[in-house]
Amino acid sequence: MSSTNGGPLLQAEHVVKYFPIKRGVLIQREVAQVHAVDDVSLEINKGDTLGLVGESGCGKSTLGRCFVRLYDLTSGRLIFDGQDITSLSRRELRPLRRELQIVFQDPYASLNPRKRVGSIVGAPLEIHGIGDRKDRKKRVQELLEKVGLSPEHYNRFPHEFSGGQRQRIGVARALALQPKLVIADEPVSALDVSIQAQVINLLEDIQDEFDLTYVFIAHDLGVVRHVSDRIAVMYLGKIVEISPAEELYERPIMPYTEALLSAVPIPDPRESAARERIVLEGDVPSPINPPSGCRFHPRCRYATDVCTQIEPPLVDYGNGHLAACHHPLNVDKETLARVSVDQAHSPAQADDSAKPVQPAQRSS
Amino acid sequence: MAEPLLEVRDLKVSFRTEDGIVRAVDGISFTVHEGEVVGIVGESGSGKSVSMMSVMRLITDPNAIYAGEIIYKGRNLMGLSRDAMRQVRGQEIAMIFQDPMTSLNPVYTVGWQIEEQLNEHNDLQKGQARRRAVELLGQVGIPKPEERIDDYPHQFSGGMRQRVMIALALSCNPDLLIADEPTTALDVTIQAQILELIKRLKRDFGSAVALITHDLGVVADIADRILVMYAGRIVEEGDKEQIFYDPQHPYTWGLLGSIARLDRPKAQRLTAIDGQPPSLIHRPQGCNFRPRCPHAFDRCRAEDPALTDKVGGGHLDACHLSVDDKRAKRDATINPQLAESA
Repeated sequence: MSSTNGGPLLQAEHVVKYFPIKRGVLIQREVAQVHAVDDVSLEINKGDTLGLVGESGCGKSTLGRCFVRLYDLTSGRLIFDGQDITSLSRRELRPLRRELQIVFQDPYASLNPRKRVGSIVGAPLEIHGIGDRKDRKKRVQELLEKVGLSPEHYNRFPHEFSGGQRQRIGVARALALQPKLVIADEPVSALDVSIQAQVINLLEDIQDEFDLTYVFIAHDLGVVRHVSDRIAVMYLGKIVEISPAEELYERPIMPYTEALLSAVPIPDPRESAARERIVLEGDVPSPINPPSGCRFHPRCRYATDVCTQIEPPLVDYGNGHLAACHHPLNVDKETLARVSVDQAHSPAQADDSAKPVQPAQRSS
Repeated sequence: MAEPLLEVRDLKVSFRTEDGIVRAVDGISFTVHEGEVVGIVGESGSGKSVSMMSVMRLITDPNAIYAGEIIYKGRNLMGLSRDAMRQVRGQEIAMIFQDPMTSLNPVYTVGWQIEEQLNEHNDLQKGQARRRAVELLGQVGIPKPEERIDDYPHQFSGGMRQRVMIALALSCNPDLLIADEPTTALDVTIQAQILELIKRLKRDFGSAVALITHDLGVVADIADRILVMYAGRIVEEGDKEQIFYDPQHPYTWGLLGSIARLDRPKAQRLTAIDGQPPSLIHRPQGCNFRPRCPHAFDRCRAEDPALTDKVGGGHLDACHLSVDDKRAKRDATINPQLAESA
């Protein structure tokens, strides 16, 4: 979207989040861990939108919540606007909460049904003690107008609104404190396609107006392409590919990305029929016991022995395009020779044994 | 053409509420032929679910008012007794729903639920029902069906639960399968799996499918014919090619424009349909879509457009614009950018 490249706003270094699974009634023992986010490093530049894509259970929402410290990290470091926020206490976090906001997926569950719109949107202002009653009301009404509702909606209850309008209320609430970073966690997945477009356009408009940085979480690559500058694809807690948005669609390197792309329905019968569709078998494996080697190998159509044993590192293929795969697609020999290759991971050799085919046809 | 499998004639469903009468379905007529996949597309509240639930006679709300005829294989389902209707449901027409978790009973194993349905409609010997249930689970692509049959619904993932629902629906070889947003709650990857499965079932079993969805992308691949519904009416009807390559109704254009498409260069802005669907109690004067339509003119306010065949070839639409007018304005409405560069 915007190209105001003002350096990183948020840096995540080796972020890990495990959730313990406990058994026992009186004496609780930890019997296992859910590896929700496993060693994720990335940077988000000011004014950019980072798309975070993956199937349910891949850890994308958990990562989003780690970013705003709704969860404490198991390990790793988070640097927001030059400040290390990894281990700030609740009290220390408070002033930062203004700058980190989140828009949730379910517009029905994320608004308190007993509160009026005015007090929902005004709550952040009240909590942070901004302005007096009159100022706050004025501000809330302005916000409602900004997100395409009318100031008269101030005294209504959430049930009086449709899904799309509720999502607008959620956006207004997130904007109330003029945040720097907004995590949009599947903001349109629960909406009709026609309403999705309205909400996406709204998010784009206010990004320019308020100079926001977004992390846009979704499972649909079609929507993500539309809003993102860069896209990170997650699978079972790991980032498996990260790339500038258009590049990811033109030449996906990781077979998982290829499969995600081909799963997006295309509203054109002839093209849809002509397209090769890669239907992934089965579901995402359990994050309690992730598969060995490359976590995607049980569902990957290119998988070979090396994939079951050795975990592929994220390799930089140039132009800010990183991917973790032993059998990279759409990579020519020169690039393969250029990328740093250690002994355990040698995509150049692996490439000959398993010829990657052209990805699903796209006319872009 | 052969006698249709299902013919709905001037179906009206309204609900009495405190605020007035909600006309959820306002006089729709359509047919489904044997082995055909019909896509029913529209926003939430357009009446697509209510109309298909009425076909199954599943609307039990005492405040519901019905009118019209639902002819299935020559019989009017509207006049059937409760018992006769029970025989039709499951045996002749089966339905799958959007949320597979709430449509399965959480306290019984999936095997029990499939066997119950088999026993209800067939005279089976002990053990036969179970064998058939395992077979069905295998057919819908559940790995190790002989083990999974004794699992409870919560032990399945969303996509797997939807497969169980499809197995249930298929258990009595219905001639018509009604799928109400079967993939909306699922990931795109799992959506692709389920659509692939429905396609295979149509091929292998020859069942007709009525697929309800809000996403035109979903039906592009799978449907033969498409009905576009808006505010309780059908506003456009045609075969797949007609709807996608020569759409006539501005609402259909809006639906097409609002999809973030992967097969086209990235649009600067998505073409959203402004505003909200109208209240079904106080409908707008004239055309229902007028308040949101960028091309509305005087006649749209004065006169309610009828669903007629203006283009020819069985392509119906309810819009006052002339065919030439529509073709001229269409591309700029669906994708202003693309039209400019062309």
